[in-house]
Amino acid sequence: MSELHNYTLNFGPQHPAAHGVLRLVLETEGEVIRHADPHIGLLHRATEKLAETKPYNQSIGYMDRLDYVSMMCNEHGYVLALEKLLGVTPPIRAQYIRVMFDEVTRLLNHLLWLGAHALDIGAMAVFLYTFREREELMDCYEAVSGARMHATYYRPGGVYRDLPNKMPQYAPSAWRSEKDTQEINESRQGSLLDFLQAFCNRFPARVDEYETLLTDNRIWKQRTVDVGVVTAERALQLGFTGPMLRGSGVAWDLRKKQPYEVYADLNFDIPIGKNGDCYDRYLVRVEEMRQSNRIILQCIDWLRKNPGAVMVEDAKVVPPSRAVMKESMEALIHHFKLFTEGYTIPVGEAYAAVEHPKGEFGVYLISDGANKPYRLKIRAAGFSHLSALNEMCRGHMIADVVSILSSQDIVFGEIDR
Amino acid sequence: MSRLSTLQDNLLSHFTAQGFVVNHHEHPCVTMKADSPREQMTLQSDRGELTLILNKKGLIDVAIQLRDASEFCFEQLIDVCGVDYLTYGIAEWVTDKATGSGFERAVDQDGIRMESFSGSRFAVVYHLLSVKLNQRLRLKVFLDEVDLCIPSIMPIWPSADWFEREAFDLFGFLFEGHPDLRRILTDYGFIGHPFRKDFPTSGHVEMRYDKASERVIYQPVTIPERVLVPKVIREDSRYLESNHAQKGDSGHV
Repeated sequence: MSELHNYTLNFGPQHPAAHGVLRLVLETEGEVIRHADPHIGLLHRATEKLAETKPYNQSIGYMDRLDYVSMMCNEHGYVLALEKLLGVTPPIRAQYIRVMFDEVTRLLNHLLWLGAHALDIGAMAVFLYTFREREELMDCYEAVSGARMHATYYRPGGVYRDLPNKMPQYAPSAWRSEKDTQEINESRQGSLLDFLQAFCNRFPARVDEYETLLTDNRIWKQRTVDVGVVTAERALQLGFTGPMLRGSGVAWDLRKKQPYEVYADLNFDIPIGKNGDCYDRYLVRVEEMRQSNRIILQCIDWLRKNPGAVMVEDAKVVPPSRAVMKESMEALIHHFKLFTEGYTIPVGEAYAAVEHPKGEFGVYLISDGANKPYRLKIRAAGFSHLSALNEMCRGHMIADVVSILSSQDIVFGEIDR
Repeated sequence: MSRLSTLQDNLLSHFTAQGFVVNHHEHPCVTMKADSPREQMTLQSDRGELTLILNKKGLIDVAIQLRDASEFCFEQLIDVCGVDYLTYGIAEWVTDKATGSGFERAVDQDGIRMESFSGSRFAVVYHLLSVKLNQRLRLKVFLDEVDLCIPSIMPIWPSADWFEREAFDLFGFLFEGHPDLRRILTDYGFIGHPFRKDFPTSGHVEMRYDKASERVIYQPVTIPERVLVPKVIREDSRYLESNHAQKGDSGHV
């Protein structure tokens, strides 16, 4: 028998299972991992420093680009921090819209995660199905903000505009025949709420479909059960939040424990895991999708019954509407000042956290009374999760690194910032 | 709010009993000198958030108590970040009178001091969370430019590992006792600490492919740095009430 050697293996940064740009230096003994050293920062854009050079509102668009699969939740954290410092509370309808889109975003994130996780482990089909659903949710983004991904929809004081009564329609093209266009437009005849409600009614059955493919699948279980186990106590020490913490059995969810917006008025449950392995984290996220679906339906119901303003009436923070600006001198001055200089925020500091699909997304903002942030620190959930990768991988096989990494739901936009 | 005041009372009584001198402030910007005595501590409450400002000599001791004492139970360290207060309260533009020289050209490169600041230049900020008692606390330790060493809190909260590496990378703080204090976000071989306020946004060097030497080279940046929107500190009329309240109390320790 030949002698066993230790190898140092370079994984990424262009490996498809590295979820973006992760360079992982693995020290292995045979096929067993002894040490994993993630090298991050390949996507570092100094978002926080760039935000220091711009008026507050101009950085909302940067937030979308942090975790680029859960765009509006990032905006939410930033906008909440601004509102805390300004002392502004958005109208109740805006709060419902935000909650609804937070949950749409959670579905978007978990669907992408589920597809990518299954793809990493070797189940190709799930990816195709989850992207079918993501497409419709992206259409909701598009209907409300005009952009399919980077929405910049949440603003301090509310949301940019009310929900549209009409969905955008597809037009026939060289790739899509007249008949196909009609078919695809059929569900887009009503308002955004109609479209979303139809989606939510279909969605639980779709989740069942994913579960028939995976939950009792023997290969799926062999690849995930007892892989990357983290105990509840250790998960707290390592700074885990969100589904990673709940997967280890800690019932902690900011939507329940420190409710923001209207989460306190909505009915939903927090799923938790038992063993803290990759399989439990999978089960937790799948159940979270069902719960998000429940929340969206409650929001749709409320929003149908309660029309109203979606933005506070505070001319010092919120730009005037175009029509008013054409008539009123004062509105024109406000418009000019808001778009050249921006608003100033009183001296102080605030930390606002939201239950982002990946965990706690926190924004720590220091203001020295100027029109730009003095210091902005973004607390990304994935950063702490990835820092624990070494501990989670040690003693596992090389193939398990892929399972563990993708069970963490890593996106480099938020980790590298 | 009651949970907040309970935590506030607990902090005051717990640390006063241990010989700390705990001041209480509601001013939104409370500062401290890095060379102030170890026993000096300031508890700041502002906008429903509590900040404990303390000296680095007492950091480890206080942190262990915050984690282990039954009335605090801060079992989670949520975040560690650095702050550079070099240009705090300095505006680039004041508009007392109309200017005919345009917006960008009116930028005052030296800056105009609008808010006073008497603390040390740097601060390390820790955000703590207690899952058990559902409460948050912020710790703040001020550091002088000449002595950027601060004890690592990794032995207390292992999650500090990467956060401290990041603060070292971006600000240059030296966390004593950290087992692996390498750069984390910037490039291999990067020079400088980019989040300091005296580090230009455009950086010092740029990278390009050099045809003559047939390799990628670094050269000094060729784009001039300019201010797109000048920093303005303004007493906006809607904040007048709160501004009056602030002006009455200087808040500096």
